[in-house]
Amino acid sequence: MTDNVVEDNSRRRFLVAATSVVGAIGAGFVAVPFLTSFSPSAKAQAAGAPVEVDISKIEEGQRLTVEWRGKPIWIVKRSEQALQELSSLNGKLRDPNSEVISQQPDYAKNAERSIKPEYLVLIGICTHLGCSPSYVEADNPIGSTIDPDWKGGFFCPCHGSKFDLAGRVYQSVPAPTNLVVPPYTYLSDTRILIGATA
Amino acid sequence: MNKMLDWVDSRFPLMSLWNEHLAKYYAPKNFNFWYYFGSLALLVLILQIVTGIFLTMNYKPDAELAFGSVEYIMRDVNYGWLIRYMHAVGASFFFVVVYLHMFRGLMYGSYRKPRELVWLIGMFIYVCLMAEAFLGYLLPWGQMSYWGAQVIISLFGAIPYVGEDLALWIRGDYVIADATLNRFFAFHVILVPLILLVLVVLHIIALHEVGSNNPDGVEIKKNKDPKTGIPVDGIPFHPYYSVKDIVGVTVFLMLFAGVIFYAPEFGGYFIEANNFFPADPLKTPEHIAPLWYFTPFYAILRAIPDKLMGVMAMGAAIVILFALPWLDRSPVKSIRYKGWIYKFALTLFVISFFGLCYLGMVGPTPVKTLLAQIFSFIYFAFFLLMPWYSTIDKTKPVPERVTD
Repeated sequence: MTDNVVEDNSRRRFLVAATSVVGAIGAGFVAVPFLTSFSPSAKAQAAGAPVEVDISKIEEGQRLTVEWRGKPIWIVKRSEQALQELSSLNGKLRDPNSEVISQQPDYAKNAERSIKPEYLVLIGICTHLGCSPSYVEADNPIGSTIDPDWKGGFFCPCHGSKFDLAGRVYQSVPAPTNLVVPPYTYLSDTRILIGATA
Repeated sequence: MNKMLDWVDSRFPLMSLWNEHLAKYYAPKNFNFWYYFGSLALLVLILQIVTGIFLTMNYKPDAELAFGSVEYIMRDVNYGWLIRYMHAVGASFFFVVVYLHMFRGLMYGSYRKPRELVWLIGMFIYVCLMAEAFLGYLLPWGQMSYWGAQVIISLFGAIPYVGEDLALWIRGDYVIADATLNRFFAFHVILVPLILLVLVVLHIIALHEVGSNNPDGVEIKKNKDPKTGIPVDGIPFHPYYSVKDIVGVTVFLMLFAGVIFYAPEFGGYFIEANNFFPADPLKTPEHIAPLWYFTPFYAILRAIPDKLMGVMAMGAAIVILFALPWLDRSPVKSIRYKGWIYKFALTLFVISFFGLCYLGMVGPTPVKTLLAQIFSFIYFAFFLLMPWYSTIDKTKPVPERVTD
């Protein structure tokens, strides 16, 4: 009997391949819900509501930290002198004119990176690896160890990235881009809403 | 007793497994001090699994409760402090043992043909171990847990185009949050330990297939007793090496217990001071560094003043270890018969590794960054130049039999 059996490997190969492909597609579809379950849940997405902040009590040179979407948001009131010194730093910075559009809303793409020049609003997360940099004022003695000509700004203790008082990144530090300016808007002269654009 | 054994044996290959891996597994007779660390690694793995299971009985993987539940384990659970210190100190000891185990391989050429797969599987174990340590470090939900995880997950953000979405997907939230903690817990207690166990079994099966290397790098299987077929330089693992390893275990447990009882934090090297503060998403500690076993790679990351390049160099520092079996072109395996070039290169490599380990712990200054760059260069040069210097190195003749 076995002599009459003609081996037809091509049909067998076709069946093996077809079964494998169908099985792989099925496995692929089943993987989708499991992989998607890793993305932020509906609850996590809803938690990003805007935050209202009273800025009337901030003294010149002082920094206020609030929380928005679990991230630290800094509001710094800059002095007239600090604002004037910003342009003198341009030569030391990687992106002095805020060319990287993802780092700020359109209305903060200016020399001060803010709506009102004196109030700087930033997400306090280093663009390198997500640490929260320290605020180092111009008259802080630590400042001279960061940069001999320190004009005040932010220093990341994790990997040594430096930012000026507009959150602009210095050259030859690990952070690639300026600190992010979140969307915000003025509700009145003393109240701002973080997380929403007017 | 024998009858019961026969009953089992006719249904399950118990005796043949016992013989194949212990009683009739012939290992070279010239093992030295450096051959303790394989069995010690297995011991620590078991200790970590047992203490880990007991910790899960009181730990709560919840951002609100995690930090408090660890303090509860430390203060209120009977002997909870002991179990937790065993687990935390055990993690550091695991890396001590594994680094010594890997260094043994480096010295005696244990990764060379035919043991390439033993080395590769071992490397996968090492990577899993790093993942396990990193995942576990988030669980106490202290400041270092939080910001360490923030930095490491941000590494994925450096990948062009998909990086930020990938980091978001890993975190399950816009920042490190409850979702992150909960999934890290699942990985730490189920997924990675399962993979680790499978890999350890594969590592041993592959090793026992090709046979152990030895300090002389001589293949004992080339010289078998014509009558029995047993390598003349081989002795059965059990009882010879099982008994030898008990001595190693005893000394190891003395050191282990010493640290657990007298210096469980080990001056901040095993448990960092900042991790006694609960996680605060608004404030990064002034000085953040990973635990000592990651600092060599962390120092490489920091040495390069470019985000993507830094991350790539750090990854490459680990990936390059996988290629080691194919980088070494020396005609001999063991350092005993290699020439001065390899000995010099290995010495430089060890100095660089320790140097990077130290530099990754301390804050960055211009001088230290320069040093880290030099050490990183040596680290990579050791591997990348190996195909060249291992061929021109003047080697000594390898004896036919192992030496005493």
